[in-house]
Amino acid sequence: MDIVWYLVLSALIFSIGAVGVLTRRSPLVVLICLELMLNAGNLALVAFARMTGTADGQIFALIVMIVAAAEVVVGLGLIVAMYRNRVPMDVDELSELRG
Amino acid sequence: MNATTYAWLVLSIPLAGAAGIALAWRWLPGRTAGWIGSAAIGLAFLNSIGALVMLQDRPAEERHLRSALWDYANTSGIEVQLDIFVDPLAVFMCLVVTGVSFLIHVYSAAYMAGDRGYARYFSYLNFFVFSMLLLVLAGNFILLIVGWAFVGFASYALISFWYRRRTATYAGMKAFVINVVGDVGLVLAAILLQRDTGRLDYPGVFETAPRVFETNEWVIVAVCLLLLLGAFAKSAQIPLHTWLADAMEGPTPVSALIHAATMVTAGVYLIARMHPLFELAPTAADISAAIGALTLVFAASVALVVTDLKRIIAYSTISQIGYMVMGVSIAAYGAGMFHLMTHAFFKALMFMAAGSVIAAMAGSQDIDRMSGLRRAMPFTFAAFLVAALALAAFPGLSGYFSKDEVLAFAAERGGAYWLLYVAGTLAALMTAFYAFRIVFRVFGGEPNAEARELEGGHLHHAEPANPVTGEPEDTDVGYPGPAHHIAEREFPMKAAMGLLAVLSVVAGALQIPGVTHVVEGFLDTTFEDSRFIDTEVSGGLEALALIVGAATGLAGIALAWLLYVRNPGATTRLARRLPRLHGFLAHKWYFDELYDRTIVRPTAALGRFSADVFERVVVGGLVSGTTFAVRAGNSIVRVAQTGLLRNYALLLVTGVTALALYFLVVSR
Repeated sequence: MDIVWYLVLSALIFSIGAVGVLTRRSPLVVLICLELMLNAGNLALVAFARMTGTADGQIFALIVMIVAAAEVVVGLGLIVAMYRNRVPMDVDELSELRG
Repeated sequence: MNATTYAWLVLSIPLAGAAGIALAWRWLPGRTAGWIGSAAIGLAFLNSIGALVMLQDRPAEERHLRSALWDYANTSGIEVQLDIFVDPLAVFMCLVVTGVSFLIHVYSAAYMAGDRGYARYFSYLNFFVFSMLLLVLAGNFILLIVGWAFVGFASYALISFWYRRRTATYAGMKAFVINVVGDVGLVLAAILLQRDTGRLDYPGVFETAPRVFETNEWVIVAVCLLLLLGAFAKSAQIPLHTWLADAMEGPTPVSALIHAATMVTAGVYLIARMHPLFELAPTAADISAAIGALTLVFAASVALVVTDLKRIIAYSTISQIGYMVMGVSIAAYGAGMFHLMTHAFFKALMFMAAGSVIAAMAGSQDIDRMSGLRRAMPFTFAAFLVAALALAAFPGLSGYFSKDEVLAFAAERGGAYWLLYVAGTLAALMTAFYAFRIVFRVFGGEPNAEARELEGGHLHHAEPANPVTGEPEDTDVGYPGPAHHIAEREFPMKAAMGLLAVLSVVAGALQIPGVTHVVEGFLDTTFEDSRFIDTEVSGGLEALALIVGAATGLAGIALAWLLYVRNPGATTRLARRLPRLHGFLAHKWYFDELYDRTIVRPTAALGRFSADVFERVVVGGLVSGTTFAVRAGNSIVRVAQTGLLRNYALLLVTGVTALALYFLVVSR
C-alpha cells in the first residue's frame, strides 16, 4: 500500500488533536487531544520506518510513547492538584502569566 | 653571619613587631606595647651594627652585596626579584634610621602613655620603620617604589592618628595626595629606565645607563626630573613642601621620627642612591641644587614669623633638608649624608623637647603663650638648648661641621655654585635667629601661669582643645590622652633625650675638616664611580666656610638676643612697621593660597560641575534613556503575553505550520 494513506490518516488525527487543543477549555480534554497529536506523529514515524526498512523510526516512536506517558503523569497530576485546590477547571481562567 | 643575613633581619624584625602588636594589642597591658615596639627596633639597630661590622670586614671593592629571596615579578621582559642591596650607603641609612627610631620609640613609650590608641600607635610606628628600611635596602626600582609607597601610607596613618580631629584627617589626606604625586614621578622614571636600559635592578641600571644615554640627553634628564619629583614630594621641597607643616597634626614623637629625622630624608637618600644617573644629567642635578637652595632660604624665612612651636621646627626641617638636597645634588655626597645624620640627631632632640614643653602647656603649641619655662623644666631646657645650638651651627657642635662642609663644597665647585653658598649662609643666619627665638621666648622671660604651676610641683591641666583651631576635642581618640608626660618626670624620655643630646654634641667629631673623615671614608665605596670622588675642598675654602659659618651662627644668636631679650617687643614693632613683608612671611610666601587658587579650587569646581551638570545631564540622561528604550520595547512585547494557554498553542501551531509551508515551498 502507498505510504501516502498512512500520512493522510496521521495528518487527519494530528489536525483533530490540534483543533481540540485550540478550542476546548477543559484541561482534561486538552490533555487527551495532546495524546492524539503525539500518536499521529507516532503513526507517521512507524510508516516511514516501514518505508525505509530501518528500525530508526520505530525506536523513535517508542521514545515518544515514553515521553507521552511521562507527560500524562505530570498533566494528570496537575489536573488533580487543580481539582483539590478548587481551581476552576478552565484553561482560560488560568491566566496569571499575563504580562 | 653574612652582612645580607643581618640586613634581612633588620628588615624583618620591625615587620614582626608591627604585626605582633597589631594582632595581640588586646592582651597587652599598660605600656607593654611600647616596650615590645622599642625592643623590635632596638634589635634591628643591633643587627644594623652586625651588618656594618660584616661589611667592614670585606675588602673595600667587595662591599656591594646583593641578596635575593625569590622572584617578585617575572613577566615579559621584566625580571624583578625580592632582593636587597647592601652597601655602605644602605647600611649608613639603616644605622641612622634604626638608631634614631629606637630612641624615639623609647621616648614614645612614656610620652604616649595614657593615649587610647597606644598599641595602634606602636604598631604603626614599627610598620613605618619597616617601610623606611625597605626603602633604603631595596635592590631594585620596584621594591624601592613599594617601600616608598609604604612610607607614604605610614606617614598618612600617623598624621591622622587622632582620627577624630578634623584638622588631623585633612592634614593626613594632604600629605598622602602630595606624596602620591611623587610616587607617580618615581613610577614613570622606572618605566623610562626599563624601556631604555632593559633593567630595573640598581647595578644593572647604573652599569647600562652610561652606555645607553649620552650626557644630558633629554631622556636621562627627564628620568632625573621625575626622580626629583618623587624626592621633592617626600622631602618637602618647593613646590611640594606644603604638606609638612600640616603634618605636625600628628603626635609629637611622630613629628620627630617621620617628619624630621627619617622619612623626609628619603628624597636625599634617593638622589644619593641615583648619583650615577644624576651625574649623567648635570642639568637635572643643577636644577635640584637650585631648588634645594631656594627651599632652604624660603623655609628659614617662614620660620622667622610662625608662632606655632611645632610648625617653626617643621619649617626648620624643610630648610635643613634643603641643605642636604643641595649637598647631594652638587656631588657633596659624604657631606650631604653627614648632615642628614647630624640633623636626625638634633632635630629629633628638638622635637622631643618641644613635645615635653607642649605637654607642660597641656597641649597648647602657641609660643606667644609660653614664657619662662627655664626653671620649671631644667632638663627640657638643657636638651632644647643643645638642639638649638647644634641647629644654629654653634662652633664645635655637630650641625656646625656638617652644614659648613656642604657649603664649602659648593664654594669649591666655583662659578654659579657660589650663589648656593651665599643662599646657604644667608639661611644659616636666619636659622640661628629662629632657633634662639624659640629658646628666648619659650624658656626665657618671666614664668607664665603654667610655668609657675609646674614650679609648684603640679602639671597644668586644661580642657582638651585643638591647638590649631581651638575647638574642643573629641575625647574618644581626638586628642593626646588625658595624662601629660614631661621629660622631668619620665625616665625613658630623659634617657632618650640625653643620649640624643650627647650625639648632637659629639657627632661632629666624626668629620672635622682636615682631621677626621669617618662618614666620607665609609661611604666612599658607594660613590667610587662618581666623577667628583677625588674633588677635595681646598684648605682655604674649608677654613673660610668654617669661619663664616661660626660668624653667621653667632650673629644670628646675638641678633635674637638683641631683639627678644634686650629689647622685648622690638619684633612686634618691626612687624607693624613692615606689614607687607610680615604678611608675606606669615602666609608662607602664599604657597597654600596659590595652590588653593590654581589647583584645589579648579579641581573642586570641576568636581561640582561633574556632580551637578555632567552627572545629571549626561550620565543621568544615558541611564534614563536606556530604561526608556527598554520600557518602550517591552510594552510592545507584553501584548503577546496574554496568559491564555490556548493563545500560546495557536501561536505555536501557526508558527510550525508557517515554517512547514515555507520549507515545502522552498524545497520545490
